[in-house]
Amino acid sequence: MLETLLPILIFTALALAVIGALRRIRLWRQGRPSRVNLFKGLVALPRRYLVDLHHVVGRDKMISNTHVATAGGFVAAAVLMILVHGLGIANPLLGGLLLLASASMFVGSLFVARRRLNPPARLSKGPWMRLPKSLMAFSISVFLITLPTVGLLPEGLLEGSSSWLLALVLAGVVAWGLGEMFFGMTWGGPMKHAFAGALHLAFHRRAERFSTKKGGGRSTGLKALNLEDEATPLGVEKPADFTWNQLLGFDACVQCGRCEAVCPAFAAGQPLNPKKLIQDMVVGMAGGSDAAYAGSPHPSQGLGGKPVGEHAGSPHGPIVALQGKALVDADTLWSCTTCRACVEECPMMIEHVDAIVDMRRHLTLERGKTPNKGAEVLDNLIATDNPGGFDPGSRLNWAADLNLPLMADLKQVDVLLWLGDGAFDMRNQRTLRALVKVLRAAEVDFAVLGTEERDSGDVARRLGDEATFQSLAKRNIATLAQYRFLQIVTCDPHSFHVLGNEYGELGGIYDVRHHSTFIAELFDAGRLTFAPWKGGSVTYHDPCYLGRYNGEYEAPRNVLKALGIEVKEMERSGFRSRCCGGGGGAPITDIPGERRIPDMRMNDVKESGAELVAVGCPQCTAMLEGVVDASAEVRDIAELVADALVERSADDVSGASRQTTASTAAEEVIL
Amino acid sequence: MQPDLQQKQQQQGIDVAVLVSIGRHPTTGRARRAEQDARGLELALAIEAELPGTRISMLHAGSQDDSSEAALRGYLGMATGVGMGLESMTLLEQPEGSDAIPALAKHLAATSPQLVITGARAERGEGSGLLPYALAEHLGWPLVNSLASVEKVENGVVTLLQALPRGQRRRLKVRLPAIISVDEAAPAARQSAFGPARRATFAITPTTPEADSELAQWHLAPARKRPKRLKIVKAASARDRFKAAASKSEGKGGQVLTDVTPEQGAEAIYQLLKEEDVLR
Repeated sequence: MLETLLPILIFTALALAVIGALRRIRLWRQGRPSRVNLFKGLVALPRRYLVDLHHVVGRDKMISNTHVATAGGFVAAAVLMILVHGLGIANPLLGGLLLLASASMFVGSLFVARRRLNPPARLSKGPWMRLPKSLMAFSISVFLITLPTVGLLPEGLLEGSSSWLLALVLAGVVAWGLGEMFFGMTWGGPMKHAFAGALHLAFHRRAERFSTKKGGGRSTGLKALNLEDEATPLGVEKPADFTWNQLLGFDACVQCGRCEAVCPAFAAGQPLNPKKLIQDMVVGMAGGSDAAYAGSPHPSQGLGGKPVGEHAGSPHGPIVALQGKALVDADTLWSCTTCRACVEECPMMIEHVDAIVDMRRHLTLERGKTPNKGAEVLDNLIATDNPGGFDPGSRLNWAADLNLPLMADLKQVDVLLWLGDGAFDMRNQRTLRALVKVLRAAEVDFAVLGTEERDSGDVARRLGDEATFQSLAKRNIATLAQYRFLQIVTCDPHSFHVLGNEYGELGGIYDVRHHSTFIAELFDAGRLTFAPWKGGSVTYHDPCYLGRYNGEYEAPRNVLKALGIEVKEMERSGFRSRCCGGGGGAPITDIPGERRIPDMRMNDVKESGAELVAVGCPQCTAMLEGVVDASAEVRDIAELVADALVERSADDVSGASRQTTASTAAEEVIL
Repeated sequence: MQPDLQQKQQQQGIDVAVLVSIGRHPTTGRARRAEQDARGLELALAIEAELPGTRISMLHAGSQDDSSEAALRGYLGMATGVGMGLESMTLLEQPEGSDAIPALAKHLAATSPQLVITGARAERGEGSGLLPYALAEHLGWPLVNSLASVEKVENGVVTLLQALPRGQRRRLKVRLPAIISVDEAAPAARQSAFGPARRATFAITPTTPEADSELAQWHLAPARKRPKRLKIVKAASARDRFKAAASKSEGKGGQVLTDVTPEQGAEAIYQLLKEEDVLR
């Protein structure tokens, strides 16, 4: 009886899955076009899955192994099941393999079940709670119906009239398993992540972010809006304004909540939860309300969370309502610091920051609704080329006594020192003076643009004002085109990122270096000599725009090491570094929360026990120094280096490379 | 029946003309939407929000070139949301150095809006602040300066709140049509959005330019920074010092005339002008 029932069940489930898949694909295709090489993407899929995705999932060994057992077992079992039970190829070898696969899946599902016993807050509940049971139903039932195929069970056991009931029960369990695993995969059950996730990996909007055989990929620059073509919508107003592969990406979410766990805005009680935001986009894409969402909500000030079920949307309805509520509140979008911690942690490679900036673009460019000081900052950028509204002619006032060489005079140098808007900030001016001192000590051939420099456009772009960003960028590119230099060095990771990763699309391709990278190179080349460190314990705060955006974790640590400092790492450092709260225009839009992000970060510093926190970003300096009653001092790496500089002796000037003797630097200096 | 009719009349709204000029950023001198004119448009948008059906038209007299167009689009970008009638601006085209007043007066007389809103003083050109007065004289309409808000419009009478020094406010009822001018006392202008600004169009109306004969005789020179007179404060406590810093000195002398006939008022003003040697 089972022999006749099983193929019917399997092929019905498959047919339904195909119908569901077509429906799902239609949902994604509501989005705007995005040029992707479909074939290349599919070919790259296995590598992207096994290398890039696994690199992220593998950070949690327990879940990684669980997933290998469950998903690997399921894929093998599903294929073999179609062969053995669907097409009736009762080969004992295939049967044996199928037993093995379903057993592996069963073991995996036990671990899934264990995690669901007392799930952490970041995991979504709801349908996800039934998933381990469904996994077990599938694996156990497939195991049992396969036993006769390999002769481990007498063929007749399920044949006799008395075992009718047993066969029916077994068929029922098979149907449950198939329902969750095949039907649910394309009709919106928890297993949707496998179907959408695989396609999202293949058709990802940023193919460059995946590694190739040559090395790791990285793609963090925002995509430019086409302002020439007036038909292109200015940002995303409604879910259908996303590109189709962005919609596909939202659909791939497994609701694991890793993004929620690392989001600084969520931790600060600001109304943003990256996981909920992505689920809101899925709700919008399919149409409906967020009532079915079963994870932690967006926090809201003092109340714990914004109630779920009050927001609703449709693919062609607005995401942010002009009045009242739609899919998402504007505050949610403006809470983001664009620190990319969520993107870094996402095992499904979803690009949260792209989506948020896309929606911000609509709010700023179409509605003129940049909150709080946003409008003032943007007006300043338009009128004075800097966010503070300072006289552009005073950009070099801090260096009146330094006699800085100007590009306009020299035309050609090795290093162009990009000052950034920190040139108007008295705290950052100390960093800049320190950096100039270091460059002079190393006899670097450098010059500055001086008053010809403008804001890089970072803040304008993150606030969604793509028009002002492109205007600033184009004028900066035109200025830079007049001069010849080998590289740009800056102490501002935001300028570094924008100049290095975002000007390229507009025609400005430069070799940009953060000052920590450059100082590390100078030290390795033997051009700097340091006195040994006499201060207390030091920790290092990774700026988001240096670390996660540009992958530079080593150089600042190498510089600190060269200074004779042993870094006391914070619990969250490197790629997991917690944002200072200063990125993405967040201090300008200033969405209220229960705590302040920089306070939390300084608390991290305190827990590390360090007396000093070394930073490499004017924003981080400003945010961390703004913390009241801080336990640690905040110094830029350039300042630490400038303080430790020692006049070089005649032997040192010979220019011997220190590459090999870097570790003995401290002793050398004492001699 | 009566309330119905009233409601209908209310919903009809009024025609508001906002005069806008090209501003000049105080630090960099770049062309921009003028601060006060933008506040004027903000005021008009507030009226529109209160009184649905109000039609706002924007009017600029001057030449058209790239930098002025970008500045004018700054106003057009304030009209976010569809159907405000602000997708276009009337541009009375005339060469640089022409007198804006005859062209504006002629256009306003022809289109006859009920309310004209203008900034108190332009940021470039003469910046004498005389335009609202000259227009009022030309058109024979009442003028209210330094407006804080428009409270309501009813049966052809507008209730206004005028800003006086030191945060005082005066409520006025003015029969339409009228001209009102705004300065820093009016609510700040909203953000200008790129999208609507880019889509907006200009309705270019040629004028018969009249050269500003008075301006031609003027000698223009960059403003000099004048020394500021320091206030000597003899204060014993921090509170006194704060009060001295925060308060404006009270005007001395003068007299406040209340409940006088226009003739008596005019006589008093005439006497003062003679005392001050303005009139001889």
